[in-house]
Amino acid sequence: MPRRLMDGSEAIAEAMVAAGCRFFAGYPMTPFTEVLEHMARLLPAVGGACVNAESELEAVGMAWGAAATGARAATGSVGQGISLMQESISEATRGLIPFVVLNMSRGQADYFQATRGGGHGDYRTPVLAPVDITEAVELVQRCFHLADEWRNPVVFYGDYYLAHTQESVEVTRIDFPPLPPKDWSVDGTTSATGAARLVSPLALAKSADHEDTSGLAGYGAHLRQVGLRIAEMEAGIEPLAETGFLDDAEYVVVSFGTAARYVRYVVGLLRDEGLPIGFIRPITLWPFPNEVVARAAETAKALAVYELNLGQMVDDVRLAASGRAPVQFIGDITLDGSGFGISPDYDVDRLRDRIRAAYAACLSEVS
Amino acid sequence: MRIPIVDGRPDVPASLVDDFAPSLITGPEHHLCPGCGHPVAMRAVADVMLDLDIARPSIAVLGIGCYTMYSGGMDIDTVQALHGRAPSLATGVKRMQPDALVFCVQGDGDMVNEGLQEIVHTAARGERVTALLLNNGVFGETGGHMTATTVLGQRTKNTLDGRDAALHGFPIPVANLLAQLEGAVFVARGAVNNAGNVARTRRMLARAFELQKAGAGFTFVEILTMCPTGWFVDTREAPAYLGDHLASAFELGVLKDVSAPA
Repeated sequence: MPRRLMDGSEAIAEAMVAAGCRFFAGYPMTPFTEVLEHMARLLPAVGGACVNAESELEAVGMAWGAAATGARAATGSVGQGISLMQESISEATRGLIPFVVLNMSRGQADYFQATRGGGHGDYRTPVLAPVDITEAVELVQRCFHLADEWRNPVVFYGDYYLAHTQESVEVTRIDFPPLPPKDWSVDGTTSATGAARLVSPLALAKSADHEDTSGLAGYGAHLRQVGLRIAEMEAGIEPLAETGFLDDAEYVVVSFGTAARYVRYVVGLLRDEGLPIGFIRPITLWPFPNEVVARAAETAKALAVYELNLGQMVDDVRLAASGRAPVQFIGDITLDGSGFGISPDYDVDRLRDRIRAAYAACLSEVS
Repeated sequence: MRIPIVDGRPDVPASLVDDFAPSLITGPEHHLCPGCGHPVAMRAVADVMLDLDIARPSIAVLGIGCYTMYSGGMDIDTVQALHGRAPSLATGVKRMQPDALVFCVQGDGDMVNEGLQEIVHTAARGERVTALLLNNGVFGETGGHMTATTVLGQRTKNTLDGRDAALHGFPIPVANLLAQLEGAVFVARGAVNNAGNVARTRRMLARAFELQKAGAGFTFVEILTMCPTGWFVDTREAPAYLGDHLASAFELGVLKDVSAPA
């Protein structure tokens, strides 16, 4: 597809189709709505299906069912709708169901929801958060690859700015390393062969003995088996982060998504003023780029976290820093009247003043 | 084969006399309560699929209830759903595998309590799936609590003096509800409390599956099944209890068949 100007929601939809997504279900809610519109337009043309789900509970269930057949499937919403999907997202991890969940969030207050989740049991979902549309095109395709590689739901954390701003982008299919065939999925053809398949959060295979699949011992063993995959994912998925000016930074600002786009620019301006400042932008929110943060914390006098909420990612930064350096929270919940995640603080001058003042206060405290 | 005729309770389990189970039902024995109607219903489903030779390709989507044990115990590709969500999963399955016979199995707690919205919308959309409701009017797996289809007067653990409309509202005749939706092309209610009703239920299942294979639309078969444990009645009395209480509240028969000759 040639390079052209498109808004983020269209680019994300085009990239999903390029990644082989053939099923999408969603319930309209801004700024997720526009992705749904584009998928409804794009999928029938490639032999896929987009269902206008009657609720978020049904949307995630439909994606689960489609994924169980081996198709690449996705759903999504904004944070409010993702709240309704928590039961299915958490349970799908125990059925090893690979699908992608777009959280076109209204701002950044859904960091905990994305990285911790509100479902039941031991589970984690990888979370990828792009800084702009060009990166979104790459990351949403990576989401499908990770979902299939680890057989786990994967969360894409976007926002209003990503969906509603435009960039000149070229959507091309990214070829990730080959994956094994989905010999676990169901297409109906192994029925009545003596080797029928089961895709279930309660057990990973059919058993001739009913007690094996529904007995407490069997289920307990199953929970342990799928739960251990959390550590495997954390060790096996490479944490991604962008960094800048860390070599000699005394003060490092950590920020993700759209907020990081402003922080990255403002840190550059403050460097021009001679301030020894750097930045870290986590791209994978889970697994969190702990090592990058820990290394920065060893050399910097302090770390700061700028996020558009009342302090969520700051917990992960503190865990990663592990006391090597103090970690300040310099973010805020800052929204315009729409509540859609449009922030008055997304302003270069305001952000520069805030970081400069926080840096000065930090120096006086540290020294 | 010799089937011993005994007075009162048989002293030899039927499974030790001969293997009566259709080939699609696997495993040695179910662990459901004596007198449970679910195995009769599931056997009817399996028999019909074998009779019509439509077991391959087919995909089952199971809800959460006593019948969930069949997710591991059928030689049918199976997707296990959360409580109430089977119709949505079946939607995703069917859209991606339109050539497969796709059916979901839910109980009354699963379908009519937890997931009523899902079954209604799936029917309204006219999804080419067959939804089966195993309706025993009680939460069997939790130990006998009221569901949305518990009939008036029925005793459960949370309606100790019987379901009272003034206190607990009225049961939902979900098949009658779905029959009003244009997307539903076949809606029927059978029962498994006697051989005649089992035979009629099998004909309903056959019709529903055939219409799905023809791409006609959403098809629905409700099957009234016995739950003597959850009804707190003697096992031997359960079939009669079904006839006297459930079948009198929920009419048996084909409620809708849009493709039938007028």
